[in-house]
Amino acid sequence: MTAVSLPEGRPVTLSALETPAPPVPPPPPSRPSPARRAWQKMSPYAYIAPFFTLFAAFGLFPLIYTAFVSLYRVELQTPGDMEWRGLDNYTALFTDDFFWTSLRNTFTIGVISTVPQLVMALGLAHLLNYRLRARTFLRTAMLLPYATSVAAATLVFAQLFGRDFGLINYVAGLVGIGPIDWQTGTVASQIAVSTIVIWRWTGYNALIYLAGMQSIPQELYEAAEMDGASKWSQFFHVTLPGLRPTIVFTVIVSTIGATQLFGEPLLFEGSISGGISHQYQTLGLYMYEQGWGFFHLGRAAAIAWVMFLLIVVVVGVNALLAYRRTRKEAVR
Amino acid sequence: MTTLADPPVTPPAHREPPVRRRGRKSRAGRTNHAGKLTYAILTVAVLVSAFPFYWTIVAASRSNADLAQVPPSLLPGPNLLRNFEAVLEEADIGKALLNSFIVSGSITVGTVLCCTLAGFAFAKLRFRGRGALLAITVGTMMIPPQLGVIPLFMLIAELQWVNQLQAVILPGLVSAFGVFFMRQYLVQSLPDELIEAARVDGASTARIFWSIVVPVARPGMSVLGLLTFMAAWNDFFWPIVALSSSEPTVQVALRQLGGGYVHDQSVIMAGTLLGTLPVLLVFGLLGRQIVGGIMQGAVKG
Repeated sequence: MTAVSLPEGRPVTLSALETPAPPVPPPPPSRPSPARRAWQKMSPYAYIAPFFTLFAAFGLFPLIYTAFVSLYRVELQTPGDMEWRGLDNYTALFTDDFFWTSLRNTFTIGVISTVPQLVMALGLAHLLNYRLRARTFLRTAMLLPYATSVAAATLVFAQLFGRDFGLINYVAGLVGIGPIDWQTGTVASQIAVSTIVIWRWTGYNALIYLAGMQSIPQELYEAAEMDGASKWSQFFHVTLPGLRPTIVFTVIVSTIGATQLFGEPLLFEGSISGGISHQYQTLGLYMYEQGWGFFHLGRAAAIAWVMFLLIVVVVGVNALLAYRRTRKEAVR
Repeated sequence: MTTLADPPVTPPAHREPPVRRRGRKSRAGRTNHAGKLTYAILTVAVLVSAFPFYWTIVAASRSNADLAQVPPSLLPGPNLLRNFEAVLEEADIGKALLNSFIVSGSITVGTVLCCTLAGFAFAKLRFRGRGALLAITVGTMMIPPQLGVIPLFMLIAELQWVNQLQAVILPGLVSAFGVFFMRQYLVQSLPDELIEAARVDGASTARIFWSIVVPVARPGMSVLGLLTFMAAWNDFFWPIVALSSSEPTVQVALRQLGGGYVHDQSVIMAGTLLGTLPVLLVFGLLGRQIVGGIMQGAVKG
């Protein structure tokens, strides 16, 4: 019987052929039936199937198909009609001044919002890491802004940043700073938009850092203490190096978030152009304007693809820097 | 990146001892009790976190004329109910709240179920392509779904789902993070022996899933459920693309409020307050678990 020489299919093949040959021992009573064994081999796929069906249709397919759509002319009113245009969407993009404005804005708002946010988060995490009363309360309160939606937070801050009756200008006026136009000034409006981002995400990042700090072995601090290191140098020579993976991680996540920035600039004044002179329009908002303001879905897909490449570059650079740092340390 | 590399999800039981040890050691070694300055700075941080909420209540309970006063009034006024009435009429916040509950509720239940099933398979079952499939899942975790919005919209339009709730619910069920989260949770909290023992007793995989995996996974499932609910409630880009003001979620209604259709600031703030209250309520009741979930390695988006 050739079946015997088959490498691993022994029970299945043999019992499937129903060989009456006496040398083959009868299967022990507990051995599962062939159907059952086949099912056991296949059943893991049944467990991942619901997720992967949805993932393929609504996650993976749209991401990949974006690149394809960006080469066509597709209009919002007739999303079924696609007309081949090659790289036209990209050339149109690169000759549009507002594309470059929004690219620049995305970068500046990204820096203004991410840097203070992460630095403050680091400081707060350091403080939260002390033995504190009301520890849970403090942590929960810090996370409160994270629970607020972009829309709600932006509407409240838009009110606070009002030029004539906003609370922030009122307080600024008390210390002699004369009414700032948070809407039309380029720098002012970008600071205002960034403030919303900073408010929403600082506490969240502080908790991530806190979790990282708590995983640094206490022995390292004790050793540093014995060497006479001050609290400051402990922070710089024990805490920061121990946190490096966490920091790289938060930098990457925040940068991706900054590249995507959309709700804050959209609702700050409620206009899809991001201010009268596009002074705080981000790439995300520019994409929305092209797609759902001007109905050019193909063009919007090209912008999405540019954003994707931007993210790949940013993540790549971050990963490379982190990798080189680690290697340098290893050599030392 | 270690947050991805070494499993960040630690079941609470494993989390407790190091914290206690740290306390004991610190008493012997350095004193890391917080000083007055620490409390002062943290109090300021709490106030900054909380002030916009307080201000929402103040602004929502006053009239538009009050808000245009200098100096502004910092205490709540008497107009809260009137402003609620106005916003329920002008922006249909009532329907928006109902829709948001339907959408976020379905997304939460569906996501937790799908992710627990897949997380269990990735953690404890052996099958061909397991590594590759997990790598694809984790690899896309960092890619923001916002980038796929255009083809997704074309798909929804093709299915004639625009302005219907399933257009928001079904894409919302995809959570690569959730699969990874449940996998990490089960790798660490579900011993292989338990499954082996059940198999020897002749239990099928389905039986094992329902009577062993689910009870063990329950704490992880509830954390994932909380995070999913909040994210679904607050999701902004896709709902405003897929839905309109005739079938709004809360965020769609807020976008409409902020879009210049309503000029009364106090009414806008009343809408903001109504739209935020449910999430704040969840947060107030279960904030501790949410904090725990985030610190165990929750990732944005």
